Amino acid sequence: MVFANPAVVSAGLDLEASFTDLLQGLGLSPGAAHLLWLPLPMLLVLVAAVVGVLVNVWLERKISAAVQQRIGPEYAGALGILQPLADGLKLLFKEDIIPARADGLLFTLGPVLVLVPVILSWLVVPFGQNLLISNVGVGIFLWISLSSIQPIGLLMAGYASNNKYSLLGGLRAAAQSISYEIPLALAVLAVVMMSNSLSTVDIVNQQTGAGILSWNIWRQPVGFAIFWICALAECERLPFDLPEAEEELVAGYQTEYAGMKFALFYLGSYINLVLSALLVAVLYLGGWGFPLPVEWVVQLTGQPIDAPLVQVITATTGIVMTVLKAYLLVFFAILLRWTVPRVRIDQLLDLGWKFLLPIALVNLLVTAGLKLAFPAFFGG
Amino acid sequence: MSIASSTQLICFTVLSAVVAIGALGVVLLPNIVYSAFLLGGVFLSVAGLYLLLNASFVAAAQVLVYVGAVNVLILFAIMLVNKKEDLSAIPGLGLRRLLSGGVCAGLFALLLRVAFTTHWATPGPEPVGEEATLRIGEHLFSDYLLPFELASVLLLMAMIGAIVLARRDVLAADIATGEPADQGLIEKSRTPLLLEKTNA
Repeated sequence: MVFANPAVVSAGLDLEASFTDLLQGLGLSPGAAHLLWLPLPMLLVLVAAVVGVLVNVWLERKISAAVQQRIGPEYAGALGILQPLADGLKLLFKEDIIPARADGLLFTLGPVLVLVPVILSWLVVPFGQNLLISNVGVGIFLWISLSSIQPIGLLMAGYASNNKYSLLGGLRAAAQSISYEIPLALAVLAVVMMSNSLSTVDIVNQQTGAGILSWNIWRQPVGFAIFWICALAECERLPFDLPEAEEELVAGYQTEYAGMKFALFYLGSYINLVLSALLVAVLYLGGWGFPLPVEWVVQLTGQPIDAPLVQVITATTGIVMTVLKAYLLVFFAILLRWTVPRVRIDQLLDLGWKFLLPIALVNLLVTAGLKLAFPAFFGG
Repeated sequence: MSIASSTQLICFTVLSAVVAIGALGVVLLPNIVYSAFLLGGVFLSVAGLYLLLNASFVAAAQVLVYVGAVNVLILFAIMLVNKKEDLSAIPGLGLRRLLSGGVCAGLFALLLRVAFTTHWATPGPEPVGEEATLRIGEHLFSDYLLPFELASVLLLMAMIGAIVLARRDVLAADIATGEPADQGLIEKSRTPLLLEKTNA
């Protein structure tokens, strides 16, 4: 919403320009108008993230119920649609407990350090050509480096709780997070190599042209699998929810948390799941791209591509497609959670270091070779 | 003063204050866990300073390497050996503190002098902004190729060394003592059960 890429066919919908023009018409200076504009996309994305979590929690409860042949929540609103809201309100009203021998400051700071990087990462998620907070040049690398802050929050929460289960859970979570970050980064690197850019917008643009056929999933099937497995491990979803394995660690680093601090962990893990699904959609499933090339569809209707109505429709389709792809992946993740058993900690670390890491390296090497051999298909 | 430059000034002041106070805390706090967490804060603030200088790739790399890897490993090491023991008082602690304080003050005075006597406003190359990533890549694969490759060899050596130290059970004999090593604890040197048989 801030950045207009001149290389695109048309500048497209530039919401920022129209908004600042409106404010300047009311007699504000350009700087003040820009300052008033800045918080708007951020607030919008924050609200979108939280609503995404509410939808996610509802889906989780309904799908798990369906998997286990139950009905699930049904009294709060139609089909129990208000249940996540009720859950959130319950957590809001619960007493905020800090254990007597715990370290109060670190205990409070831990959940914050887990949540903030995840929310900051939404900075680079594009919903359309100009529909993202900031098209920063380091793009996807920003997400990788921000997600590496999370283990510190987990260690902090585990240490501050002054509880052996919490400490072990925190250590496990951090170990898991660092081991799966490496194959994840290597899988991303292969995609970046094909699109010659770290920017998420460029990565999506490289996948447009032939609709569904030009998506990265056909060129990077191994990378897609590695990325998805690592993303699940980073989100601590089953089969990789070792840090909070109930039989062994009570609830891991969350054991001593209640009320709003627990809600921060809960929110963080679900926002991270939605974010990971969105990034899989961006990196491998063509982002905001429609399965048919948009230019081709627009040509069929006989409208010019820069007509205002066409622009609005393509932008809306873009948002709908991104969210649809992401939620299909979320559905898949929820189904996985309720069907597969948990792995052991040694199996988890073996999978990360001895299987995914070599495969990711080979994938990178093969991608580099293919890029040199067939520059037309693998980005010259 | 425009909004952008005043924002920049506020950010710079806050970040510098966090770096300075945080670094003092890392050194002076008695609790080593607090020191480690503060070190993470200092690294993050330095990344923020890089960001203010339009070096977004360096900032992201700083967060990934120093906060995500180095600091997490330090925390791991601290938490895995976190024994609650009272260290015995060192004799002459006051004198030691005085001496180290004097050395630090001297270093600080030297740095201050350098900072005030150097002519900083030298014209540098044009800022490249978002092109920086490309420029770093070009340099790494042309004029800085040798240091880059040497660093990777150094890292490889460190990694192999760590594996050798951590997994002595894969070696037939201990490097230090020359005794046969097996899966048992290395520090307890036992007489191997089949020693006579292999000698005979």
